[in-house]
Amino acid sequence: MKYIKEFRDPEKAKAVLQEIEQLTQQLNATAENPIRLMEVCGGHTHTIFKFGLEELLPRGIDLIHGPGCPVCVLPMNRVDDCVSIAEREDVILTTFGDAMRVPGSRKSLLQAKAAGQDIRMVYSPMDALQLARDNPERNVVFFGLGFETTMPSTAFTVLQAKAEKIPNFFLFCNHITIIPTLRAILADSDLRLDGFIGPGHVSMIIGTEGYDFIASEHRKPFVVAGFEPLDILQSVWMLLKQFEEQRCEVENQYRRVVPTQGNLAAQQAMDQVFQLREQFEWRGLGSIPESGVEMRPEFADFDAEKVFAVRDVPVVDPAECQCGEVLKGRLKPWQCQVFGKSCTPDNPIGALMVSSEGACAAYYNYGSRWREQAEAEATL
Amino acid sequence: MCLGIPGQIEKIIDKAKFLGEVSVSGLRRPVNLACLQNDVTDLEELVGEWVLIHVGFAMSRIDELEAKRTLELLTELGEMQDEWQEAQTSLKATG
Repeated sequence: MKYIKEFRDPEKAKAVLQEIEQLTQQLNATAENPIRLMEVCGGHTHTIFKFGLEELLPRGIDLIHGPGCPVCVLPMNRVDDCVSIAEREDVILTTFGDAMRVPGSRKSLLQAKAAGQDIRMVYSPMDALQLARDNPERNVVFFGLGFETTMPSTAFTVLQAKAEKIPNFFLFCNHITIIPTLRAILADSDLRLDGFIGPGHVSMIIGTEGYDFIASEHRKPFVVAGFEPLDILQSVWMLLKQFEEQRCEVENQYRRVVPTQGNLAAQQAMDQVFQLREQFEWRGLGSIPESGVEMRPEFADFDAEKVFAVRDVPVVDPAECQCGEVLKGRLKPWQCQVFGKSCTPDNPIGALMVSSEGACAAYYNYGSRWREQAEAEATL
Repeated sequence: MCLGIPGQIEKIIDKAKFLGEVSVSGLRRPVNLACLQNDVTDLEELVGEWVLIHVGFAMSRIDELEAKRTLELLTELGEMQDEWQEAQTSLKATG
């Protein structure tokens, strides 16, 4: 496949790592006083663990795993609402595989499916629309979630449903938007961050100019990165280079996919279908103003929230779950009291253990060596 | 969730519905091309192009020139490292 092998070349990785090592030394960053970089996107978290990048980087660089896994930040009550919709006799509920195992306060969608509800995994929202065409006597609800990467596909599907006047297709919209989320992270005074590895595929839709305030107002360098190991290493190097040259800019490492202006057709479709919600609840982070979108009134006939009178009553997360602290980077996943004990990928309590892009699941599956090393050092 | 896979557009199936077919590692499947409608005057121009696919939609064309530039930069970093290593070695040898 195009540009996968090339961006996994070990020889090139070695060279970048040596450069990173030198810059880290020059910048006097140490394990005790590290440079703290947040990778915002869960896809990056996944690559970092899958390829063991954290172990390859010098200890003077601390990667903080951000809240960019939409499955992980989905609050429990939205899953509850989804289960309630699925429990209606007339409904076929459809969603992506990732969303199936997210715990609700009563049950996950997978458990609801096991209990007999008609819940189906789809690869694309267009597959859900096809189900609606094939089953005119049933109501097909698509549980849509994700940041701007996924939002255009849902928007185009709703537009197609409207164009074809399909009366039995509905969207339960849980899409979230990146810029207000970054603003909330930057406003958190407890969170000391030096720079950001920016989300690659969100940026291919929204472009890179929306991040300018992070460099200009907050004085944090921001590098939009691709998803292969070399992309991430090169982005870390670009951030360090900015520190060394005392620059503070938004840079784009992922130019092969991300144009500066983003994707205009996708932006138009999103704008046509969606509008900002005043508030949206995030698991572990609380309510963030204007961080979610809902369907515009002219699409009310397709809006599951309106048609099925969704309750949207907040539910408190289990007391033992510390996902919120991990999401904010205050705790490493393995420092959570239930990590690997009562909370595992097979039986997740918190959402960060559910998705392969959640920091906890990534640590659980790939991060053991690093954790053992850190724990051994802590006991010395 | 936000991951995408590269695929190559093989043919256009239905222009009005923005429907095409992509090949991903030899597997063929339909793909929605609505996100690329502003990039070309005729969808047929997309045949042969490499695109990034996410949830059944081609989201962005992969720019080969930019990919090459990024890889060249990485190669240069490697060359800089080699020179640096050589300098260190010769310093040790002469020092």
